[in-house]
Amino acid sequence: MSDLLRLATAGSVDDGKSTLVGRLLYDTKSVLADTLDAVHRASADRGLATPDLSLLVDGLRSEREQGITIDVAYRYFATDKRSFVLADTPGHVQYTRNTVTGASTAQLAILLVDARKGVIEQTRRHAAVLALLGVPQLVLAVNKIDLVDFDETTFARISKAFTAHATALGYSPDAVVHIPVSALAGDNVVEHSENTPWYSGPTLLEHLESVPVEADPHDRVFRFPVQYVIRPRTPEYPDYRGYAGLVASGTVKVGDEIVVLPAGLRSTVEKIDTFDGPLAEAAAGQSVTLLLADDLDISRGDLIAEAGTPPQVTDEFDATLCWLSEKPLTPGARVLVKHGARTVQAIVTELRARFDEQRLASVDSPVSLGLNEIGRVAVRTAEPLPLDGYYSSRRTGAFLVIDAADGSTLAAGLVGAGLPVLDGVDSCTEGGNTAPLADDHALVSPGP
Amino acid sequence: MNEDLLAGSSVGTAPTPQTTLDRLESEAIHIFREVAGEFDRPVILFSGGKDSTLLVHLAIKAFWPAPVPFPLLHVDTGHNFDEVIEFRDKVVAQHGLRLEVAKVQDWIDDGRLRERPDGTRNPLQTVPLLDSITSHKYDAVFGGGRRDEERARAKERIFSLRNAFGQWEPRRQRPELWNLYNGRHRAGEHVRVFPLSNWTELDVWNYIEREGIELPSIYYSHQRDVYLRDGMWLTEGPWGGPRADETVLTKTIRYRTVGDGSCTGAVESEASDIREVIAEVAASRLTERGATRADDRLSEAAMEDRKREGYF
Repeated sequence: MSDLLRLATAGSVDDGKSTLVGRLLYDTKSVLADTLDAVHRASADRGLATPDLSLLVDGLRSEREQGITIDVAYRYFATDKRSFVLADTPGHVQYTRNTVTGASTAQLAILLVDARKGVIEQTRRHAAVLALLGVPQLVLAVNKIDLVDFDETTFARISKAFTAHATALGYSPDAVVHIPVSALAGDNVVEHSENTPWYSGPTLLEHLESVPVEADPHDRVFRFPVQYVIRPRTPEYPDYRGYAGLVASGTVKVGDEIVVLPAGLRSTVEKIDTFDGPLAEAAAGQSVTLLLADDLDISRGDLIAEAGTPPQVTDEFDATLCWLSEKPLTPGARVLVKHGARTVQAIVTELRARFDEQRLASVDSPVSLGLNEIGRVAVRTAEPLPLDGYYSSRRTGAFLVIDAADGSTLAAGLVGAGLPVLDGVDSCTEGGNTAPLADDHALVSPGP
Repeated sequence: MNEDLLAGSSVGTAPTPQTTLDRLESEAIHIFREVAGEFDRPVILFSGGKDSTLLVHLAIKAFWPAPVPFPLLHVDTGHNFDEVIEFRDKVVAQHGLRLEVAKVQDWIDDGRLRERPDGTRNPLQTVPLLDSITSHKYDAVFGGGRRDEERARAKERIFSLRNAFGQWEPRRQRPELWNLYNGRHRAGEHVRVFPLSNWTELDVWNYIEREGIELPSIYYSHQRDVYLRDGMWLTEGPWGGPRADETVLTKTIRYRTVGDGSCTGAVESEASDIREVIAEVAASRLTERGATRADDRLSEAAMEDRKREGYF
């Protein structure tokens, strides 16, 4: 059976992202005849000689009418080797909101650049957001390579500039792959191109099929937010008491010592149950039900963790917020925080810094945080939460900020994560940039 | 530390590799449990079709060995296939579930709805659905919708907020981050929940095979008297047909979707068991909605319009 890869795309509006996504769907035969017919008709209506593959991923009518972008669209395609869930994020307006949403679940991101323009300011910003969200693998698709006459030197120059930027953001060189493509003509998307004999690497699809990405590569310690307590109270199961949830990170085995937080109660795992029978072991991504050796008072919202390396339980912490609401954040704001399966009242006590996305720099003590802005804040919660640093667990180090009055989602929160700031970068042009990480990009972990 | 983890060098040991179907199943179970934990009165829309049968199967798995903590709701157009209604009632009895039925006919009889000139009742489901949601105070409504079905659904959320009129307002839809779902809503509003969002039609069939899930017999090939209308094979029924100019033929067919009989077309098929259906779906060159749902063909944006009105 195939495995599943979740990926996101990012790119500026004219980089040909819709065409590339359309090309992937088209060349993997994921577009069915009736959908394709509609694209052929619409292309002909617009006076085009060849079908415009970008129409395969065209937006909703309500978006076109209202001139708004309803963030991320999801696309599905599959080969014999893998199934793919692709979060297609619009590159123009609201790009932070969209990129953050798509990147939050992505194991890999494809960044597009136009070969004629190279690495531009927006490429750098997108990469910074992808790094902030901890997307483990990047692909730089150097698109429209046909429009620079398949020139190897141009490709090498762009690759070098991007590698320097990605390295400065914390990526190791083997986590970044560069591929020269023409989405319009199909070069190196699914089939190897005869026009780029100097390129010996994989096509985009070959790379997506083979890139070694574990589901949650940096999730190591066991974390299990309790979603629901299963108590059948039936004649067959009079005393059954199971804690249902999805393993957020790590693995758990029968006999493991665990701690239940925030209360700090200890016990051992007696059984890992599922409808299909008990398991000896469960890993990140699996929905299971845990039965414990002791009769404890555990309810939805509690976190079951490895006893040896528990997260810190705290009601005050630093975090990075990606602000997603039109209503700006000001210090002292009262909000709700949803972490795992628990929602608590909270106050954003301090706005420490705002990320200046133009300069990839940090601005201290801003007065507010507006839509699509990213900032460092201090948070105080009404009840203590068991928190991991975002970079040790993308699940238990993440939280939502919710408006208590209307229930809307205000922000994506990353526990402890610093801003993706680059020191000494003041230019958005291409060029060797090997600036080291700013100090505050290092993880401020609440740690065990 | 950041560099280290972005490199993704160290990998935890996983006991058994999780396949695509394992991951989709775990995701759906997680969604069911979130709703059970956060909402007061959830309900599962259940028609007896394959997607809603799959929903019920996943709900049973999510709460086992306890019973499913929600009832089922069927909006019955009165134009159903007999095999599907029998199957619906069998599933309910077999698993000890509770079923509410909202009959479109009742709404027509008391004047709240009027029969359409073309006889199709699919668009008439919206009012009984919304009335039932209001009268039962349902706050979360599970549907079997998938994002791969149709372009208008590609941007649908897993938790889709609906206002007091059941309408989907683009501006109020929330970004969905990680697997943290925000189900907060005002009194009178509800959330449509789609646990199968990330499944494709082929995933659904592969999972039905893996789990040995029983489906209504009309999903498999059989002989039926049908007539051709708008390029689809429709069956005789109380919804009006065939007309004088439409010839009834006996064909070997099966259904890829199951809905109101007036607009659900059959496809010619010899696929008589699950393996043959999977082979056919894998090779199929038409989307299941394009092949068999007349109501989606009304306009390019047909599905989008109906979604805004409060249909799924």
